[in-house]
Amino acid sequence: MEATATHSHEETNVWGGGNKPLNASYGKMMMWFFIVSDALTFSGFLVAYGFSRFKNIDSWPIADEVFTHFPFLHGVDAPMYYVALMTFILIFSSVTMVLAVDAGHHMNKAKVTFYMLLTIIGGAVFVGSQAWEWKNFIKGEYGALETRGGQILQFVNGETGKRVALDAFAVSIDTPRTTHQNSNGIWYINESTLPSFTVEEVKVGFAANENLLIRGEKIDNMGHKIVLSRKESLEKINDAVGVVEGANLIHNEYGNRLFADFFFFITGFHGFHVFSGVVINIIIFFNVIVGTYERRGHYEMVEKVGLYWHFVDLVWVFVFTFFYLV
Amino acid sequence: MAHADQKLVIFRGLLKFKSNVQKIWGVLVFLSIVTTIEVVLGIIKPQSLMQMFFGMKVLNWIFIILTIVKAYYIAWDFMHIRDEKASLKGSIVLPLIILIPYLAFILLIEADYIFDVMTNGFMSWNF
Repeated sequence: MEATATHSHEETNVWGGGNKPLNASYGKMMMWFFIVSDALTFSGFLVAYGFSRFKNIDSWPIADEVFTHFPFLHGVDAPMYYVALMTFILIFSSVTMVLAVDAGHHMNKAKVTFYMLLTIIGGAVFVGSQAWEWKNFIKGEYGALETRGGQILQFVNGETGKRVALDAFAVSIDTPRTTHQNSNGIWYINESTLPSFTVEEVKVGFAANENLLIRGEKIDNMGHKIVLSRKESLEKINDAVGVVEGANLIHNEYGNRLFADFFFFITGFHGFHVFSGVVINIIIFFNVIVGTYERRGHYEMVEKVGLYWHFVDLVWVFVFTFFYLV
Repeated sequence: MAHADQKLVIFRGLLKFKSNVQKIWGVLVFLSIVTTIEVVLGIIKPQSLMQMFFGMKVLNWIFIILTIVKAYYIAWDFMHIRDEKASLKGSIVLPLIILIPYLAFILLIEADYIFDVMTNGFMSWNF
C-alpha cells in the first residue's frame, strides 16, 4: 500500500517539476552542456588546422624544429621537453582540482582551500609558460627569406646540415633606407620595424659563403625538409623579395604562414580559457575562504569550476598532440 | 548527493582502489606514463613506425589513440562521468563522438583532394 502511494507521488512529480531525471543539478548540467559546445568549437579549430595541414601535407613546418627552447638552456636544441613539462603541469593542476572536489565532498574546508590554491598556482605557471613559448615563437631564431609566392627559404650549412642564422653570414651594405616614421614623411602612414637585414645583404652574403645551401618548405618521404644543391640555391635566392625574422600573423620564418596563424589562434584561445579558468578559480577560492559553501552546506560550486578546469586540461591534451606530436 | 557511491574500479576491474583519493593518484600515474610514452616516441621517432597506414603514419595513429585514451580517463575519472547516470553520460558523449569524427572525416578528405589538385592539376603551389 505504501509502495503504491510513493509510486503515485513520483508520477505527479515527473510532470510537476522538481525532480532530477539526470541526477545532476541545473548548474552542473549547464556546465556540462557549455563544455560540450566549447569542445565542438575547439574541434572546429583543430579540424581547420588539420585541413590546412593536409592541404599542404608535403610542406608543413616540422614542430620539432620550431619549438626547441627550454628555460636556462640557451642554444641547446631541446624539442618537445618544454611542452611536455607544460602538459605535466596542467595534468597535475587537474589532479589538485579533483582533490579539492573530493575534499569538498567531505566538507573539509582547509583541504579545499589548500588544493584550490595549488590549482591556481599550477594554472598561473602554465599561462606563464605559454607566454614564454609565444615570446620565443614571435622572436624567431634563424631568420629566413620569403619569395613572392610566400614560400620560405631557410639557410643550412652544407657540411654539417645545421641551420644558419642570417646574422652569421649577411654582409652589411650601407643604405639610406630607414623605418618610415609618420613624423618625417606622410603623416598617416606607419611602417612596422624593418628586418635587421635587407634582401640584398643576405644575397651578397650567401654568394660569398660557398658552403651555404637553401632549404625550402618541401618535405621528403622521410619527413625531412629538402635541401637544394648549391646551384639550385643560387637560382632560388633570386626569387626572394623579403627578409623574415620571427613570426606574426602575416609572415612566418618557420614555413607556411598558416602554421603561425593557427598556432596563435588555437594556443591563444586555449590560453585564454586557462586564464579565465584561473580567474574563476580565484573567485571560488575566496568564496571557500569566507565560508560561502560551508554555510550553503555543499561544495558543488567547486565541482562545477572543476569540470571547466578539467575540460581545459582535456583540450590541451589534444592541442599538444596535434601541434607538437603529430 | 551521490558521492558515496563513487566507482573505484578502472581498467574494467583490473585495478581497484580503496578510496577516491587513491584512485585520483592512480589515474595521475597512468596519465603520466601515457604522456611519457608519447614524448619519448615523439623525440626518437622510430623508423619502423614511419610507414603509412590508412593515409597517416603509424606513429601518428599511435599518438591519436593515446590522446583519446588520456581524454577518456580525464573525463571518466577527473570529471566523474563514470559516476553519472547513463542518460547524462550519453547526452554529453554521444554528440561529441558523432560530430567530431564526422567533421574531421569530411574536411580531411576535402583537404587531401585539394592537395592532389595542387600537385597533379594545373594549379601551381603559390598560396
